[in-house]
Amino acid sequence: MYLTKGEEAIYDGEFGATRQKAMEILVALGDIYGADRLIEIKSAQVSGASYKTIGDAGLEWISSLEGKVKVPTILNPVGMDREKWRGMGVSEEFTVKQKEILRVYERLGISLECTCTPYYIDSPAFGVHLAWAESSAVAYANSVLGARTNREGGPSALAAALIGKTPCYGLHLDENRVPEVLVRVDAQLHDVDYGALGYIVGKAVGDGIPLFELSSIPSKDELKALGAALGASGAVALYHVKGVTPESSNFDTPAERISLDTKDIKKVCSGNKPDLIAFGCPHCSGAELRKIADLLEGKKVRIELWVCTSRRIREQHEDVVKLIEKSGAEVICDTCMVVSPATEKFERVMVNSGKALQYLPNLCGVDAVLGSTEDCIKTACG
Amino acid sequence: MKVKGRAISKGIASGPALITSQPISFLGGVDPSTGQIIEHGHELEGISIKDCVLIFPHGKGSTVGSYVMYQLKKNGVAPCAIINLRCEAIIAIGAIISNIPAVDQLELNPLEIVRDGDPILVNGTEGYIEVG
Repeated sequence: MYLTKGEEAIYDGEFGATRQKAMEILVALGDIYGADRLIEIKSAQVSGASYKTIGDAGLEWISSLEGKVKVPTILNPVGMDREKWRGMGVSEEFTVKQKEILRVYERLGISLECTCTPYYIDSPAFGVHLAWAESSAVAYANSVLGARTNREGGPSALAAALIGKTPCYGLHLDENRVPEVLVRVDAQLHDVDYGALGYIVGKAVGDGIPLFELSSIPSKDELKALGAALGASGAVALYHVKGVTPESSNFDTPAERISLDTKDIKKVCSGNKPDLIAFGCPHCSGAELRKIADLLEGKKVRIELWVCTSRRIREQHEDVVKLIEKSGAEVICDTCMVVSPATEKFERVMVNSGKALQYLPNLCGVDAVLGSTEDCIKTACG
Repeated sequence: MKVKGRAISKGIASGPALITSQPISFLGGVDPSTGQIIEHGHELEGISIKDCVLIFPHGKGSTVGSYVMYQLKKNGVAPCAIINLRCEAIIAIGAIISNIPAVDQLELNPLEIVRDGDPILVNGTEGYIEVG
């Protein structure tokens, strides 16, 4: 891989051990995946933020780093709401470690927004290069916004943030953004159906690039749910939707085809009664908070109900949050049902997210049931 | 015998070879306090990778595995060097942040020319190994 004089000086350690290690990581990844050079990025988003995920091993490594990130960098959700952790049932011991992780990231200049939806805080423009790690945010940035990022791991996103660059390979290049399989869906999709669709198609296409031909027009929130599920049950980092997403008309229609109908989609939604209902995987938008508040109006929850979002979105919608909490539901920030240890005390969690449906059994040891936002609230208020 | 490959992580180290034809997941597959392989059913289950030149096809599993490699090194139970058939991001990053020399894509298949316990030198700066 070609390095500029300045990049070589960093590689040789002239700017300290931290930046040298970061550059070594980028160069090794560039060599492994066939990049010819590094390119500048507009922002980075770092995963590996919850103590539950990175443990003492990750904490030890990030603690060894010095200096500051070179581009705006946002952190993924952590293991607890920074204010309400006690009420969530998160232990004191966990909280101490989690706060230590937050302090280290803050010292490195990383913004502690703690969200999987960084595009609600600063939406990247079409065509810009990023180094984002959270899989649902990667899918959203590439597919819905037309920005360019590979699916980074925690350390590679951090390395890119510390240098302000990433190796130019994979989805940074036009030729690697071509759809490989056409998914034709003959059904009117709504709400959770998009998460269910992503859950099915992710398993079928792995890390491929699907092009969807839909008979309904998804909202931005529904696209978020589709991409999150595709990235969780598979490893999809980019998808296209004909007539909807910005690059969908740039390519020929792939020969390989999958056809789905209403029956296939509905099959994913079934299951027994939950003891927790959780929204916000990925974190809720303002519009989603409002929809939940409307559905909860005049009702009281009988089964614990969590609504997960970023602190920033919560602060922008305090009135809506009040309406939701009036029902007895909890609006939780900085974290979510997938990355918090607080979920482990439940037996079965009902979600409207194909991503959470995929991850909850393995990462939290709980059963997961999928339902529409309406059905989830009906179940919660019983 | 000197065999050329690709440099992945800088440094030079030597030790006895420990070989497996199965991929390794460091998160959940290796005990970070003892260096023992603990993945159930793995052909190296119960064996310590401490101070060995660990030869395996590539990594698998969670990207947090990179951090587990760092923890192994901190605890003094890491392999002294790594040889992969085809290295991927988890192992490359883990080796780099832990200062464990690593190479891959050797001109000859290490699973065929090396035997368990053979003394091996790995030069991760220039990208070659010496067998015997």
